[in-house]
Amino acid sequence: MKASMTDRIALLGRSGLDVVGTLGRSGIFLFQALAGRSQFGNAFGLLVRQLYAVGVLSMVIIVVSGLFIGMVLALQGYNILSGYGSEQAVGQMVALTLLRELGPVVTALLFAGRAGSALTAEIGLMKATEQLSSLEMIGVDPLKYVIAPRLWAGFISMPLLAMIFCVVGIWGGAMVAVDWLGVYSGSYWSNMQNSVQFGEDVLNGLIKSVAFAFVVTWIAVFQGYDCDPTSEGISRATTRTVVYASLAVLSLDFILTALMF
Amino acid sequence: MRMRTLELTVGVFILAGLLALAVLAVRVSGLSTNTTGDVYKVYAHFDNVSGLTTRARVTMAGVTIGQVTDIQFDKNRYTGRVEMAIFSDVDTLPADSAASIVTAGLLGEKYIGISVGGDDMMLAEGDEIYDTQSALVLEELIGRFLLNTVSSDD
Repeated sequence: MKASMTDRIALLGRSGLDVVGTLGRSGIFLFQALAGRSQFGNAFGLLVRQLYAVGVLSMVIIVVSGLFIGMVLALQGYNILSGYGSEQAVGQMVALTLLRELGPVVTALLFAGRAGSALTAEIGLMKATEQLSSLEMIGVDPLKYVIAPRLWAGFISMPLLAMIFCVVGIWGGAMVAVDWLGVYSGSYWSNMQNSVQFGEDVLNGLIKSVAFAFVVTWIAVFQGYDCDPTSEGISRATTRTVVYASLAVLSLDFILTALMF
Repeated sequence: MRMRTLELTVGVFILAGLLALAVLAVRVSGLSTNTTGDVYKVYAHFDNVSGLTTRARVTMAGVTIGQVTDIQFDKNRYTGRVEMAIFSDVDTLPADSAASIVTAGLLGEKYIGISVGGDDMMLAEGDEIYDTQSALVLEELIGRFLLNTVSSDD
């Protein structure tokens, strides 16, 4: 079949409108989910359950990858810096890299893969099996009952995970640099303490991870809520969550870095 | 999983995150070293403090005994006035000790090295170190070297 020129232009316009429409839908979705107080007595219980699913269950992957990233940073940094005879700066390098960039970014990417995809699939399946419509039928707002606790759980747990990631990474770096490669532990820590500023580096990293938490959780939950209620639709939505969230985190990271440092 | 266990696990998780933030504040960014009260202030005037920054180490025999807390220009003496906070358990620095600005490695950071004097009087809060040696400025050194080469050619 041969589409005429005007048909193609119309198609282009329609997909553009679709993108803008989705964006608007996701904004309204976020506002409706977060605005106002929850009308459930057990709102705290719902939040705790989600914090467990989203935060606690992500601990293992965060700790293990933080440890290895810190170790590999120390190893690479040592190899490069020892060429200049300044291997005592390896602590400073590991700490600044983790706090400013790798901590928030890698945590957000892992979070999108580990927790974000699970959120999308769970909510998508709820939609496909019409649990969301049944909730509405019995007069419970699914945005408040299902979506809001998941959003808050994501917002709360990712900054905490990022901080844990940084600490484990710095500790892993110390293990490699000090215990295995023989950098003097006093200069590892003092170089780090002299160069890391709490307000500049730690807080900016924290702000970054809060922004990433917002974006990743929003994308994940919205993709689940907005997916086609078929098995194919759920699989596509899950893929989209990971892809969109990763792209959003990486591009947002550049913008935030340009603003902060 | 029972609700009680769930709450406890989540509580442990949140505590771990907050603890991590505290560790980052105290251990990594060294906020605590800024606020410890048990130090005493000593001053020194340098002709040239180039490259020295606040929070730089003050060392004796290679061991950190304090840090630089302030650097200002003394408009009466045309020198850099450096304020150092020395740990108060190091209270046996003779009054005629010498302070010099030295570099860690070729490209490393600048810090203050104090070499011990022979006076019976000890440095105390507010005292000044008179014997100082300025930072090594590489350009000056190269300039002097070139000058020597030229004059030895004559």
